[in-house]
Amino acid sequence: MDRKPANLDSTPTQTRPLSPNIQIYRPQLTSVLSIANRISGLVLSLGAVGLVVWLTAAAAGPQTYRVVQSAIGSWAGRVVLFGCTFAFFLHLCGGIRHLVWDTVHGFELRSIYISGWAVVGASVALTVGAWVASLFIAGWH
Amino acid sequence: MERGRFRSPLARAIGLGSAKKGARHWFAERLTAVALVPLSLWFVASIIAHAGTDYAAFIGWLRAPLATSFMILLLIALFHHSALGLQVVIEDYVHSDAKFAAVIAVRLSCYGFAVAGIVATLRIAFGG
Repeated sequence: MDRKPANLDSTPTQTRPLSPNIQIYRPQLTSVLSIANRISGLVLSLGAVGLVVWLTAAAAGPQTYRVVQSAIGSWAGRVVLFGCTFAFFLHLCGGIRHLVWDTVHGFELRSIYISGWAVVGASVALTVGAWVASLFIAGWH
Repeated sequence: MERGRFRSPLARAIGLGSAKKGARHWFAERLTAVALVPLSLWFVASIIAHAGTDYAAFIGWLRAPLATSFMILLLIALFHHSALGLQVVIEDYVHSDAKFAAVIAVRLSCYGFAVAGIVATLRIAFGG
């Protein structure tokens, strides 16, 4: 796609605004979830690096593992982990929505909004549920 | 693009690359996504189940053959999916010569992190 033959491009006589001009549109659920899926994917890529750091620390021994665990357990660490949890569930639910679309289902405007709000609701519920469960289990251990 | 109208379909297609593997990136992204649904849910559920436990409990969990296998599969699917996704983001927003270099850097970083994660998992599984 990026190697267009040069003779197909007409030479612009002046600099014209490029399409799409996303800044002139009012944010809608569809567009917000689209960019949220991309941003959460970027966040999770960094989270994946964090997972490797965590595994490497655990492989190095209990002292190194404790350092990483205390970093995760700190106030800032918990905020980052909470953000990663929300990004995970948002990307998971949004990804499942995409997989359903791949089967050529749910493209009607009504279905798009129903599945969109379902993704928002499920991501929030699963994030809160996961943290409530882990805090409950942590107290129980 | 007006001039394209007067060209034959073949002439317009020449130079745009092969159509035979056009769906490869798309399919690999879906394949890894489908794999990541159970693997990532297993990982998150395991972490929640081990909240508040110590190093020995964590090592004991990851040493079980099933957990070791799932973790390695997770790392492969996760970094393959990341590489594919990040490549699309780069292709959408980077339009300079840096695009090609960025795609290669992301690809190689993902492979490197995946191997580092797998080696760490194997060290935990088979270490003394």
